[in-house]
Amino acid sequence: MSCFFNIEFDGGFTLSLLSIGVLIGLMYALIALGFVLVYKATDAINFAQGEFVMAGGFLAGVVAVAADNIWFGILAALVGMVAFGFGLERLVLRALIGRPVVAVIMATIGLAAMLRGVFPLFVGTSTFPVALPIPEEPIHLGSLSLQPVQLVGAAVSLLFLAGFSYFFLKSRMGVAMRAVADNQQVAMAMGINVERYFALAWAMAGIVAALGGIVWGAMLGVDTSLAQVGLKVFPVVILGGLDSIPGAVVGGLIIGVVENLTAGYLDPCLGGGTKDFVPYVLMIVVLMFRPYGIFGKRRIERV
Amino acid sequence: MFHRESGIFKTSYRSDMELYPLPIAKWTVGVIAVVLLAFPLLMRVFVAEGSIDYYVSLINLSMIAVVGAVGLNILVGYTGQISIGHGAFMSVGAYTAANLAVRLDWPFWITLPAGGLMAAAIGAVVGIPSLRIKGLYLAIATLAGQLIIEWTINHVPFISGGVQASIRVPRPTVFGYELSSQRDLYYFLLFFAVVAVIGALNLVRSRIGRAFVAIRDQDIAAEIIGINIFRYKLMAFAVSSFYGGVTGVLYTYYLGIANYEQFQITTSIDYLAMIIIGGLGSILGSIFGAIFISLLPTVIRTVMEGAGSLFLSQEEVLSVVPYLRLIIFGGLIVLFLVVEPEGLNRLWRNIRNYFRTWPFSY
Repeated sequence: MSCFFNIEFDGGFTLSLLSIGVLIGLMYALIALGFVLVYKATDAINFAQGEFVMAGGFLAGVVAVAADNIWFGILAALVGMVAFGFGLERLVLRALIGRPVVAVIMATIGLAAMLRGVFPLFVGTSTFPVALPIPEEPIHLGSLSLQPVQLVGAAVSLLFLAGFSYFFLKSRMGVAMRAVADNQQVAMAMGINVERYFALAWAMAGIVAALGGIVWGAMLGVDTSLAQVGLKVFPVVILGGLDSIPGAVVGGLIIGVVENLTAGYLDPCLGGGTKDFVPYVLMIVVLMFRPYGIFGKRRIERV
Repeated sequence: MFHRESGIFKTSYRSDMELYPLPIAKWTVGVIAVVLLAFPLLMRVFVAEGSIDYYVSLINLSMIAVVGAVGLNILVGYTGQISIGHGAFMSVGAYTAANLAVRLDWPFWITLPAGGLMAAAIGAVVGIPSLRIKGLYLAIATLAGQLIIEWTINHVPFISGGVQASIRVPRPTVFGYELSSQRDLYYFLLFFAVVAVIGALNLVRSRIGRAFVAIRDQDIAAEIIGINIFRYKLMAFAVSSFYGGVTGVLYTYYLGIANYEQFQITTSIDYLAMIIIGGLGSILGSIFGAIFISLLPTVIRTVMEGAGSLFLSQEEVLSVVPYLRLIIFGGLIVLFLVVEPEGLNRLWRNIRNYFRTWPFSY
């Protein structure tokens, strides 16, 4: 316990932890976005988001290595994951519409297990690199040194978060999707093809997962452990609010910063693993006091 | 179970709730009991002496799983509260019992209920969020419980016994006789599996069980007819975690070692799969599902060693099996959810109903 009293505050160290936290947080937000999109449009919960990201990463990594060209890999990941999203909606999730929440949760958990088995079975257990055409040396900015991979990841996240926000606010399809999310029956009566928008939501989750797989794969390399990032999705979305895109960003930033700060300062005392532990503690607190999150709609039925 | 009724002639609620719907049911149960008791002896007829222990060990693992699956089904199937933290409750029971057995040298008949009670207490605490939140939120809260318990056990040397977080426990002894062989453990586990199943069967047909079902079907209506939701939800969590804790203790005594690696998220998901494949809200279904999922890896390995050796080398077969298991396991969960949501229990009922009038169905 005495270890806790020896923690000294260090400005430069804190600043570098903060900057990494912000960048990682934005990359979490990208993954959380996939979860939020699906929940917003279809009310379905995707416990396989981490495995989706892993699948996107595998497609990008394997094709890039085989074709020796990263752009083919990126294209393959995007196309593959969109097709996967459509197929999944058609074959599994449409059959589960109107069934209890547990059914959808378990279906995605089953799907996660399948994905974790399929990829190593066919492409082996080695770690695939996703070599984006960016420099490897850290960029120095004053006393900070930033990893280009993380910068690119954060930039991609920001770009797509802005893109999806615009899509939901302005485009015809986005407005239709919001209508479907709000009230399926009324949307149907207004002539919106609800099932098509469900499929579209899953395809968009596929795109986001492919991008997540590419940026996280570029940072960590692609193997089955990439699916672990999916475990961070829940604290992020609960904190931000399940159905809110800005919530995903804010939640991602908070989780990224908090976990890096606590890990930086407390890991020597607690013997590691703080990064996996603190987000969930934070999430439990949020669930107890404000279960709909910072920006989420208050729609939990109270008993 | 195996007998056939000529029809359903129940005239009172009392007869509807009876454990034995017909006098002949007692005979069926009796036959099953005799078969279970004589099982290791019966094995002698079918398999070589040397491999009996192997087959008995498969049954032993299934029986441990039966206890856990029945417990989880009380929570998920009967009360309608999802939990992705069953594995963590098992680890609580396992480490409680292991610490008591090693530090205080207590025998298993004290450590076993102690492990269960500790798990029940922790389970009730993890269940507190269920009073405010439901469905998805509860799933995530129990997932958080799983991760936090796992992390705590790993990082507190007092609980985990230090290096590698594993504690070696002595074999259980009954009246001075040490249970060490698979056949001894078979009877040890059979006793607890039977007690667990009978306990659950009686619980779900009692006042408490009916309250659980009422909460599952419509919680607001349940509260209005006077069911104390606070009490019964926490009770469901506690009972289910008690079963989970006992499962952990049994597993620890079975392996002779308490190790957190046996109780990670994948274990929680295995148990959820058992009750979904077996049938939610059905004790018999939990038993089917537990046996099914426990035997699945062995069946896959046996089939692959037979069929796979035609076009793969021995090492390739062994490396393929775990992935194949994941794929088949996930595929079965999805398939059952889409095609037969009521699980193996429903398939069993369909078969029974078919034979009820067979061979003169019209």
